[in-house]
Amino acid sequence: MTPDLSMSLELSEHLQKTVDHLSENFSDKLIHVYQSSGDTFIIVDADSILEISKYLKEELHYIFLSDVFGIDRYTSDERFEVVYNLLSLKHQQRVFVKIRCEEENPEVDSVVPIWKAANWFEREVYDMFGVYFRNHPDLRRIYMPEDFEYFPLRKEFPLLGIPGSIELPSTTPDTD
Amino acid sequence: MEVMMNKTTDSNSERREMVINMGPQHPSTHGVLRLELVLDGEVVKEVRPNIGYLHRCFEKYAEELGDYASVTPYTDRMDYVSAMNQELGYVIAIERLLELEIPERVEYIRVIISELQRIASHLLGIGAFGLDLGAFTPFLYLFTEREKILDIFEKTSGARLLYNYMTVGGLMKDVPKDFKKDTAEFVKTFRPKIKELNDLLSYNKIFINRTADIGVLPEKVALNYAASGPVLRGSGMKWDLRKDDPYSIYDRFDFDIPVGSGEVGTLGDCWDRYMVRVREMEQSLRIIEQALDGMPDEGDVTEAVPKRIRLKEGEIYCRTETPRGELGYYIISDKKGGPFRVKARAPSFVHLSMLPAISKGSLIADMVAIVGSIDIVLGEVDR
Repeated sequence: MTPDLSMSLELSEHLQKTVDHLSENFSDKLIHVYQSSGDTFIIVDADSILEISKYLKEELHYIFLSDVFGIDRYTSDERFEVVYNLLSLKHQQRVFVKIRCEEENPEVDSVVPIWKAANWFEREVYDMFGVYFRNHPDLRRIYMPEDFEYFPLRKEFPLLGIPGSIELPSTTPDTD
Repeated sequence: MEVMMNKTTDSNSERREMVINMGPQHPSTHGVLRLELVLDGEVVKEVRPNIGYLHRCFEKYAEELGDYASVTPYTDRMDYVSAMNQELGYVIAIERLLELEIPERVEYIRVIISELQRIASHLLGIGAFGLDLGAFTPFLYLFTEREKILDIFEKTSGARLLYNYMTVGGLMKDVPKDFKKDTAEFVKTFRPKIKELNDLLSYNKIFINRTADIGVLPEKVALNYAASGPVLRGSGMKWDLRKDDPYSIYDRFDFDIPVGSGEVGTLGDCWDRYMVRVREMEQSLRIIEQALDGMPDEGDVTEAVPKRIRLKEGEIYCRTETPRGELGYYIISDKKGGPFRVKARAPSFVHLSMLPAISKGSLIADMVAIVGSIDIVLGEVDR
């Protein structure tokens, strides 16, 4: 099962090389490659993110981890997405690597050993979405208090108020 | 101030390690930042930054507002000293998703305004940095200059700090009649002030002693921690999104990218980062001059503003160079009225995360210099 994942995509030279090398070395770990507004997204298997990251950094010059962030897709399966925004300064190319995890116990390996920048990024994803990063050196809440039970950027969390906490004053004026 | 003593045993004598809180209310933390310092005498053993005091969860608001246009004022409040640059990044992202054609005049005004904002932001950063190190006079001189820029902005948008001036597809309203004259006047009077600043502060012996060889950030470490903007350039790496990944009309202008050189100390020290900002102001003046020449006199700036923003499904990552570094907006649109997800990649957040790496082993007085030299804005760290 090695379909030509990059078919019908217009990729620049280095991105083509990235996709080719990945499908050559991690053929069964690559799930989907697509483009949107000029950016290239690669969805990979969540369990192999560490080895793919290592390969991307060492073999393909993606030395700059620009960002890591979570997405709550709000679907019944593979609800959470973690996106790694990688940049190769040498080739001036960006690629987005995505992994998906389930709603129950979302867990993924930390990439802090590869890029130090991931430390706080992953802490933010953990704080906001509750995705747990295995082997992270210091996985604590970053914005919310340590005893906070909820994950604010999950879609079910309300914009105002904390569930079960004291009632908020009404936002509509009294009618009587 | 809260002080905790931890007894640690040393081979020769009994030494005490002290944990001390710097902040959240401390004049040189530039906002509400708390640093837990583990001290051995005056030497900093470890730094643990604690953030979240200003956390408003901008991203949650953006998702729940149900409208693309109403997100712009929220972006102002992230980095409140360079609000125009924050707006620009967001509106460009939406425009790219819409595949909108922007009028020439709007593009030129946007560039002029964001470069003016860059100067204003650097003036504040440099001034406050000097102030932290005990140089009070330059701060006052620089604020006089910043005031002039804020006056131009006030005439243009009506506000002095949080403008909400850029809209998707154009600008809120046209610039005033004498905008060109005012800006040209500012460029003319500001250029000699940079030289004055260099005489007064940059090459001042006391200032150099306080900043050279302090908080050294080698290029490799900077890249590993994903630093950008003046912090990365201060370490000698030539990387500027205005040049390397041009957005808007930046590819039309001729300007240089100043990088740190280790002139007075080690490459990547506090002085290098400071000096990159000073030199960037000169380059911004060059861009403004060229843009003033090229700016068309006539044209409706609200011409391309869509009445309703309807986006097809898609995702985009749009990066722009703000005074602090790479600001990225990642936006997912579904078919509803507002964004499904907005993520802002804030440069100050990244720069603060590497503070422990560059301040280990420094003196407690130098901590103030290091925090000042990475020029963070806590509104952007916490979002």
